[in-house]
Amino acid sequence: MASDTELRAVPGTEPRRAAGSGLARALLRRRELSIVLVAIAAFAYFSAGSYGTAFNTSNNYHILMQYLAPWAIIGAGETLLLICGEIDLSAGFTYTFVPFAFMSFYNQGLDVPLSLVLAIAVAMGIGLVNGLIRTVFNLSSFITTLGMGFFLEGMTYIQSGAEPTTPPIAGGLADFMGGWRWSELVWALVIIGVMQVALSYTKYGVYAQASGGNPLSAAESGIKVNRVKVATFVLTSLFAGVAGLVDQVRVGSFDPTSGGNTMMFMAVASAVIGGTALLGGSGTVVGTLFGAVLLAIIQNGFTLSGVSAYAFDVVIGIAVVAAMLLNVYISRLRRRYLR
Amino acid sequence: MTEQTDPPEPGTEVLRVERISKRFGPVTALRDVTLSVRTGEVLGLLGDNGAGKSTLIKIVTGFHRPDSGRILIDGREIALRSVAHARSLGIETVYQDLALVDELPVYLNFFLNKELTAGPFLRHTAMRRRAAEALGEIGIDIPSVGAEVRTLSGGQRQAIAVARAVNTAARVLLLDEPLAAMGAREGGQILRLIDRLRTRGDLAVILIAHNYSQVMDVCDRVNLLQHGEITFDRPSAETSVAELLELVHAEYRTA
Repeated sequence: MASDTELRAVPGTEPRRAAGSGLARALLRRRELSIVLVAIAAFAYFSAGSYGTAFNTSNNYHILMQYLAPWAIIGAGETLLLICGEIDLSAGFTYTFVPFAFMSFYNQGLDVPLSLVLAIAVAMGIGLVNGLIRTVFNLSSFITTLGMGFFLEGMTYIQSGAEPTTPPIAGGLADFMGGWRWSELVWALVIIGVMQVALSYTKYGVYAQASGGNPLSAAESGIKVNRVKVATFVLTSLFAGVAGLVDQVRVGSFDPTSGGNTMMFMAVASAVIGGTALLGGSGTVVGTLFGAVLLAIIQNGFTLSGVSAYAFDVVIGIAVVAAMLLNVYISRLRRRYLR
Repeated sequence: MTEQTDPPEPGTEVLRVERISKRFGPVTALRDVTLSVRTGEVLGLLGDNGAGKSTLIKIVTGFHRPDSGRILIDGREIALRSVAHARSLGIETVYQDLALVDELPVYLNFFLNKELTAGPFLRHTAMRRRAAEALGEIGIDIPSVGAEVRTLSGGQRQAIAVARAVNTAARVLLLDEPLAAMGAREGGQILRLIDRLRTRGDLAVILIAHNYSQVMDVCDRVNLLQHGEITFDRPSAETSVAELLELVHAEYRTA
């Protein structure tokens, strides 16, 4: 519609044409576009380095995928949760625990498909409990899911005896579940795509934005804010469980030390770097994908460039915070120039 | 600054509140309050903070149940069960907080929880078009229905909230302090908007305010609520700001 592209002047105020060229305005308008540019710049930087030949190989792209796919899958859920004004700090341990929930059903003699279905149900149950504690008892999601994370970490060790296990999944199902070289990427792209459509083109997406942006207004309009939030907690745990299964089937080992807080942090960081507001109301799922891409490029690029193992986390920590600061700065510019 | 239109033909009485009382524990919020409004009429409900305006609004919108008294809509007695029930009968309220979501564009706020869909998917184009039409119809000028609400001025936000309420099958529109925290120019725009709504003739407006001078011009009739009682009910043409102020000052002197 034409009225969307032309911002008519508000009486009494002059439009800020100083925002400059069409490209600059387009960048400010599409909040995820800026992160795409930063990701491209990072890609160009590491491609151009002396180790660029190692960076630009199919094998290295595969390594990038291994980093970014679970972050993007969990990040898709975290994005919607952040938009709702909530967060799930237990998602990383849901990733760790769900494969062992699967093993516990399998070890009781159930077949693989049924055990998978039950494990997925357990994942969704974790989200349901998170969401109900959050909404029924009005306990902040920060505390609720922090406690759930510890609980799941302990349950993982009990269930696994702190020993890794070889997944009893083989053949076509294993290929589907991450075994095929690029299957994890397909999972990530499909989940990102479905959630972006849900955010932009369904009532659920509008309700999520309203619930996080102004819960009181949403409730006054008759939106069932708590129901929206619980559903989003369930989705996030579901995706965390799927990511845990797919990622660890790919590796060929269910590992009780995998995932955890690092996984959760990278998923949330992907969302925030991708333009999702930490305080709720706005964000995009596609932005989260590119946030994950950027983080994977940084992680992989610094590995190839030979940053010392001791300094590695220092570099990653600074890079993540710098990327978030950049995002906050760009959002502020957006708000100023898009009036 | 509001252009006065001719007093409209008195329409039919759409809402009547009869001998309503409401107590909260030891506090009597409303005592024997009777109030009515006709279609095409703008009723000013004036009163100090704590006079009982909020309680009265919440009873009319179905949020509170009165302890005694009755509510008539189109002459029929109705027990309002909930806000949704009152809304289904055409009683819409624009609260001071406006119930807008800053992060959403104007047209999604306009259709909040009443989105147009095709199957599971939103009809963005249709919603944009209809929101633009509806806003244009009552003469609201905003930069774009795609603009995020946070980028709009206080007057524009108020106008969108009013337009949204009117766009439903509203028959009674309650405006809770629509001019609070608004400059003179913006307040004037809102008063002109209310005036345009009156000339449509199919809507009864109850305008809640504590600043008398702002609203006297736009109201057809004025009710003064003091200590939970209606102490004054007269066409605004037959009273003045000075008279109303005198009534209220008398209250302070005897307090």
